Amino acid sequence: MQVNISIKRHNPSAPDNNTYWEDFDLSMHDTASVLDALIKIREDVDGSLSVRCSCRSAICGSCAMRVNGHAKLACNTKLSDVIDADGRVTVEPAGVMPVIKDLVVDQTLFWDKVKQISPWLQPDGPEPEGEYIAPNSAMMDLAGVMNCIMCGACVSDCTVLEIDKDFIGPAALAKAYRFVNDPRDDQTKSRLIELNEKTGIWDCTRCFECVEVCPKGVAPMERIMSLRESAMEQGLDQTVGARHADAFTDSVAHSGWLNELLLPLKTFGMFNLGAMMGLAPIGLRALLRGKMPSIFHRSVPNVHRIRRIVKKIEENE
Amino acid sequence: MLEHDVLIVGAGLAGMRAAVAAHERGANVAVISKVHPVRSHSNAAQGGINAALTDRGDDWTDHAFDTVKGSDYLADQDAIEVMCSEAGDDIISLEHMGVIFNRDEKGHLGTRAFGGQQKARTFFVADFTGQAILHVLYEQLMESKVKVYEEWFVLSLIIEDGECCGVTAIEMATGRVYVIRAKTVIMCTGGVGRLFEPSTNGLIVTGDGMALAYRAGAPLMDMEMIQYHPTTLKGSGVLITEGARGEGAYLLNKSGDRFMEKYAPNMMELASRDVVSRAGQTEINEGRGIDGCVLLDCRHLGEKLIKERLTEILSIGRDFAGIDIIKEPIPIRPGMHYIMGGIKSDIDGKTSIPGLYATGECACVSVHGGNRLGANSLLDTVVFGRRAGHHAAEVSKQMEYKKFDVTSQIKKAEMDLQKLLDRDNVGERWANVRTDLGVEIDKHFGVFRTESGMQSLKESLTGFKARYDNCSVQDKGRIFNTDLIFTLELGYMLDCAEAITLSGIERKESRGAHSRIDYPQRDDDNWLKHVLVTKTAEGPLLTHLPVTITSWEPQERKY
Ligand SMILES: Cc1cc2nc3c(=O)[nH]c(=O)nc-3n(C[C@H](O)[C@H](O)[C@H](O)COP(=O)(O)OP(=O)(O)OC[C@H]3O[C@@H](n4cnc5c(N)ncnc54)[C@H](O)[C@@H]3O)c2cc1C
Ligand code: SF4
Ligand code: SF4
Ligand code: FES
Repeated sequence: MQVNISIKRHNPSAPDNNTYWEDFDLSMHDTASVLDALIKIREDVDGSLSVRCSCRSAICGSCAMRVNGHAKLACNTKLSDVIDADGRVTVEPAGVMPVIKDLVVDQTLFWDKVKQISPWLQPDGPEPEGEYIAPNSAMMDLAGVMNCIMCGACVSDCTVLEIDKDFIGPAALAKAYRFVNDPRDDQTKSRLIELNEKTGIWDCTRCFECVEVCPKGVAPMERIMSLRESAMEQGLDQTVGARHADAFTDSVAHSGWLNELLLPLKTFGMFNLGAMMGLAPIGLRALLRGKMPSIFHRSVPNVHRIRRIVKKIEENE
Repeated sequence: MLEHDVLIVGAGLAGMRAAVAAHERGANVAVISKVHPVRSHSNAAQGGINAALTDRGDDWTDHAFDTVKGSDYLADQDAIEVMCSEAGDDIISLEHMGVIFNRDEKGHLGTRAFGGQQKARTFFVADFTGQAILHVLYEQLMESKVKVYEEWFVLSLIIEDGECCGVTAIEMATGRVYVIRAKTVIMCTGGVGRLFEPSTNGLIVTGDGMALAYRAGAPLMDMEMIQYHPTTLKGSGVLITEGARGEGAYLLNKSGDRFMEKYAPNMMELASRDVVSRAGQTEINEGRGIDGCVLLDCRHLGEKLIKERLTEILSIGRDFAGIDIIKEPIPIRPGMHYIMGGIKSDIDGKTSIPGLYATGECACVSVHGGNRLGANSLLDTVVFGRRAGHHAAEVSKQMEYKKFDVTSQIKKAEMDLQKLLDRDNVGERWANVRTDLGVEIDKHFGVFRTESGMQSLKESLTGFKARYDNCSVQDKGRIFNTDLIFTLELGYMLDCAEAITLSGIERKESRGAHSRIDYPQRDDDNWLKHVLVTKTAEGPLLTHLPVTITSWEPQERKY
């Protein structure tokens, strides 16, 4: 199989023009992965190509990067699934995090967010003599999240993090789910109070991106929705986020479908222009990526006008 | 000046368990790792971790006996007693830290069967046990706020007056060289899988710690004991966990026969790994394989069980072989997996060099002897990681930092690196040399070995070293220069290759993983002893140590 792999490179040691695209023509095995191609390049063609990888089996979480614009693990992405008819594929570093060199990004932001949710078990009282007794079903539910390999693919492509670096983000919130739902943990409520704050569970726009890119089926967005429910159950409703949910209910009650465009108005109040402007690009970007189709199926035939607005906003950014 | 009471090199299970333990005892602890802790290779352990819990009607002495027998009587029985008797408490403390082990109907920890053992005593988290434990230990590390030098690569151990007092290391993100001073250093750097081609091990598993200790003068022990896992995927060598056979999967040859009937009529597919690997290799060698492989068949286990307990294998089959294991058998062959040998250490992790400790796969206590039982390695890392952490923390309380010339250490390390970078680009690539070396060593140090094969390997090592000395580094920059790192790693692997080859030639019998066609029998009269290799000014020195026998006299091994 002939492939042409186009890599966005970055050489921090070069004085200028240090970010550029470079193409490599390779002959690869039919079942080869994107990572196999990158390894071949650094071993046989250009040793200066930097890329993190180790396990080659989607378990160490080292090799998240963007393939054709979307975050993936290079090691479990088959070339044959991503090349176009001419054998072309593009590879760039993961998004949101700053690039150190070539495909290596600085993951400090990722880990800072994980640390923010106090990611360790906090049980009540002295430890029992033997193990904690817990139903297998609860443990296996958590296994779905423990499966997370902290690769950062979701963080790379999260539409909110892209513009608001304060958002705790999908991976850390999925990790929070793991503690909130661990029958052994005693800090459920205080954890939820924190998650209920600004930058927490209510900042997610449900764009689905993290669910789509996660290579391990963690489905961060669904975990976030579940955390919202838990927060509401705990009676935590005096926040921006919960007001958002109330508005949601109003909207559905009024028209039978969700008017997402009105939601922010109700959530932040009519006159909180700052917050509104902050949100606009998220919604619009989500729209451009085809994440909000249901809203417009009836009332907005003139999508092109909205596209124009988006373009304006993006130009001004 | 960076300095710590206890400096732990490596952040896999052994390293992080040691860090948590040393921190508990109030020491100023730091961990240094060439990859972020959760990228460590302990991640890959799918199957589980052994322990005999008495409240479940199991007995640690049974576990100890299975381990002794599995080791082909080469392991030190006092060390095995420590490991097996403390296993239960260590599993429970992992559970208390937050590991979400699978449970039984009553909500207690559940077990599965693993090879070479009479009882089901393997605790597990679906089929990502290693990852589940590794991530929880990292949670503990985050809570403790122990300093982690992330993506720092250790270049050398600093030995002053015969004592280990720190390391030199390169910070990969900047390319700067540092000295970290320490009262005690614990090596937890894992195995040496990448010396073999193919191998189940990740690309970062390159024997660094063994080579660093070897260069510093510590002996390496039982290095000839290399485990070939019976079930690695055709081609890529990706591991298919023993958990599959634990759940009841069959091994079949070309005619569809369960060939283990011939080799281990009682334990069948669950005999010890060395036994099953020899059986599979014999079938292949004698023409009863298919295309250099035999088959692992999970079909009769049913979709439900496979989806619940063997999810990882399901996806490995799909992603790496294009096979749906619910519907088709998987082509597999024995492949390099683990090294039983390593830096000679005792039950507290102490090596022959004061201040230097070693635990985990890079160490040899020895609890695995000639053949490690599945799921005993994770146990080794947590039991001896904890013990080493505690010991080093206590010892360092009574110690002062040793003084040495820091500047000259840094200068020397800098010069060595610069020399590598300055080589012009006409030399060979490290990758070529590594692949050739890996194929060569797989050929002569695989499931079956001969004098002539091992001798020819020994001779070719000289050639490989010469090629290595001529390798050029293409990346001339300092920032995240992986080309440089890989070249250094190859140097470490070559040292390990030397120790492995010499030990293999030395042991003139067949025991555990060391199966010699020219000496097919175990020979307790002459070889019930360990082989050690020490680097000296006059070249490698081979010595022996007796095996410690406590309760179990050597018997013939039948499964
Ligand atoms: C595919 C596979 C499946 C397995 N399944 C099981 C199982 O089911 N049960 C079981 O008991 N065992 C299993 N094993 C074996 C077990 O996983 C390993 O033996 C064990 O995890 C090793 O742990 P460790 O802490 O010693 O080393 P590792 O986890 O390999 O950690 C080594 C650490 O050292 C660091 N390091 C290395 N060199 C340097 C350097 N130069 N500078 C700085 N840092 C360095 C690395 O960054 C890393 O953090 C399996 C092994 C493999 C390969
Ligand atoms: S669903 Fe929410 S968390 Fe996931 S990518 Fe979209 S905004 Fe981010
Ligand atoms: S949730 Fe999925 S995508 Fe995000 S870090 Fe975890 S494994 Fe990666
Ligand atoms: S190399 Fe480990 S996840 Fe891709």
